[in-house]
Amino acid sequence: MEDLKKILIEHPFFKGLNEEYTSLIVGCASNIRADAGKMILREGEEANHFYLIRSGKVTLQLITPNKGPVIIETLDEGDILGWSWLVPPYTWHFDAKAVELTRMIALDGKCLRNKCENDHHLGYELLKRFADIMTKRLESTRLQLMDVYGDRP
Amino acid sequence: MATAPDLQSLKVDYKRNPMLPWPFQIRRVKRETEDTFTVELEPQGDLEEFPFLPGQFNMVYVFGVGEIPISISGDPANTRILIHTTRAVGTVTKAMDKMRRGDILGIRGPFGTPWPINQAGGKDVVFVAGGIGLAPLRPALYEVVTHREKYGKVVLLYGTRTPNDVLFRQELEHWRARFDLEIYVTVDRAMSGWRGNVGVVTNLISRAPFDPRNTMAFVCGPEVMMRFTSMELHKRGVDNEHIFVSMERNMKCAIGLCGHCQFGSFFVCKDGPVFRYSQIKDMLVKWEI
Amino acid sequence: MKIFVFECAELDNLIAAIKRRRFKVIGPTVSDSAIIYAEIAGASDLPIGWTDEQANGSYRLKRRDDNAVFAWNAGPQSWKKFLFPPVQKIFITNKSTKGFDSQNLGEQTPGESRYAFFGVRSCELNAIAIQDKIFLEGPYIDPLYRQKRAGIFIVAVNCSQAGGTCFCDSMQTGPKAVSGFDIALTEILDDKRHCFVAETGTAAGEEILASIKCTKAADEDITEAKRITDRTRVQIHRKVDTADLKNVLYQNSEHPRWEHTAELCLTCANCTMVCPTCFCTTVEDVTDIGGKQAERIRKWDSCFMLDFSYIHGGSVRASVKSRYRQWVTHKFASWLDQFGTFGCVGCGRCITWCPVGIDITEEVKAIREKQT
Repeated sequence: MEDLKKILIEHPFFKGLNEEYTSLIVGCASNIRADAGKMILREGEEANHFYLIRSGKVTLQLITPNKGPVIIETLDEGDILGWSWLVPPYTWHFDAKAVELTRMIALDGKCLRNKCENDHHLGYELLKRFADIMTKRLESTRLQLMDVYGDRP
Repeated sequence: MATAPDLQSLKVDYKRNPMLPWPFQIRRVKRETEDTFTVELEPQGDLEEFPFLPGQFNMVYVFGVGEIPISISGDPANTRILIHTTRAVGTVTKAMDKMRRGDILGIRGPFGTPWPINQAGGKDVVFVAGGIGLAPLRPALYEVVTHREKYGKVVLLYGTRTPNDVLFRQELEHWRARFDLEIYVTVDRAMSGWRGNVGVVTNLISRAPFDPRNTMAFVCGPEVMMRFTSMELHKRGVDNEHIFVSMERNMKCAIGLCGHCQFGSFFVCKDGPVFRYSQIKDMLVKWEI
Repeated sequence: MKIFVFECAELDNLIAAIKRRRFKVIGPTVSDSAIIYAEIAGASDLPIGWTDEQANGSYRLKRRDDNAVFAWNAGPQSWKKFLFPPVQKIFITNKSTKGFDSQNLGEQTPGESRYAFFGVRSCELNAIAIQDKIFLEGPYIDPLYRQKRAGIFIVAVNCSQAGGTCFCDSMQTGPKAVSGFDIALTEILDDKRHCFVAETGTAAGEEILASIKCTKAADEDITEAKRITDRTRVQIHRKVDTADLKNVLYQNSEHPRWEHTAELCLTCANCTMVCPTCFCTTVEDVTDIGGKQAERIRKWDSCFMLDFSYIHGGSVRASVKSRYRQWVTHKFASWLDQFGTFGCVGCGRCITWCPVGIDITEEVKAIREKQT
């Protein structure tokens, strides 16, 4: 447990979070691993966790009828995977698959959700951090949409 | 009149007249991707060598068809072979695409400012390439690989459209196998077979192994990509003075006389194409400059 | 510098004296309802007794009730068309065993006669000096311009009246010629006499003047010539306030005035075609029908054209607003950074020949007065 706490404290995502909240979050954390090819989460399933990737590589992908799974983005060491646990109806919007052996810390979103409802300060701290991630993802998605390397940039 | 040259100074050195293309013969054509190809050229006549600096470009002329600026993509250490990599998108490049070994192209150049790679000695070097933008960076990569000991960490971050659009694939794999070069490739979209990264190249910057306080960054790609890359490098801590980008504008003459490549007060052909990011940062966010 | 005076009747001899020295004399002449510049045979080709009336988008020739020779102002053409022709061959190339050979057209043919420009106004002298900077003083020299420019002879004329669209005074480019000429004339025409005060700028000018009937100018001639150019200066009613203009324009690139003027501008490029300093060109590569011979032709181009800034994917300056802004900002701001001088000499042609009468002096003023 102390190891987990150390990892969490050192991660930029949790930077500046007070001792009380850090301990609380550590209480919701567990180490998990996903072997290459394993589906970590599936579109439509209940979203109850988010993951801090410690090593490995994960693809966010979407099934298309004629092309098979299209990769939207890849996430690597240090990235946070999953925010659907925070927003109703708490279901995943994409598939996430481990490309290689991936080690992660899973955080129980269901438990955190309830705690956030009771403690809005904690809620705000977490929301700020997710807003930052969402902003970055949105920005890079916008850039991808521009298709700058395409025929008609 | 006092300010005008006298008649005696009129003799023009034919060989050095910057308005005349020089014939080069195609030695080899190599297909890089579906729409991109590389030509290897050899100077003709009494021109034996064609020295250039990484980042410089030539005006490439197809007999009777037209002329366009293309960056040099070869090794600056090899002055006997001139290499250009381009995408078949316009009249001239489509005509080039049909040319084969033995055909002749006209060359004027080399023109423009180089990547100031000679100022990067002792520093970490970060190359960020987008799409065909890897081609103008390749001469600088060759230089760094050849004189590897002169530099600190060397990182190449390369973003392109799809896995099929990855340029110089063999070379990249060869370089990636070295322990002293860090190469990361990312694509905008991929099917599930792709084991590399998907996402924009700017995402790679925060994690790349270099010391931002002692880094020179060379960025080449579409303007939007260069802008966001430079901002991301800056966010990571690289001084704007140490970020260099290569601009593209319409060019007809390449010698500062036709006016087409004006970018604010700069002529991209002679004041660029390589600019310090700090020089042009404010103009990049203005509309239609 | 020496100052002489000669009778109007000697003008023909002056032209003849220049021609004898193997110059091709180009001067003003009336053609197609305008005063243009063309090769002249003698004084009778000059626009004697003509004047012009100029305003925004308007140019009319009028008969005068006297025989004044230079009582008119800048017409649709400038001397630029001789030194920097609108269409010029850069090279001809033939397919050969080695690939192709290029025939260099930038080389002077020995014995070819030089131009003598007769009747160059001060604004035009400044325009020539500006183009000299562009084509002769950069890292690359334009061999074609240099060939035409070398050894020309210039007879300047100080303006004895201001045109309706002139603003040289505020650009400090006129109305009196200060340098860049071999001879500068001031026309004196009153009840008593019709003569020219001739100031020499070079030994060549002095030598030619010595070959015609003229006398050393008296003090009163010199005073009268000065009075005439001073009077012209007072007549000029348009002006550009050049103080800190570069920064004013750079800092107002998003000024609403650009949009306002873009609503009027037809992007016809007239302003750039009549401008004596505009230097932009494009090239055309063509072949003969057999594909054996190719040539490259250089043509005047304009930043008002949509394809001027085309790169793969589209034009950088797609909007009219951005193209108009580019032109004005180039003239009064970036030109300074590029060449150390304004790109405008206040000749007023762009105002006269704009089909919708846009006045660059008004545009600059509007931006300066209400800065963003």
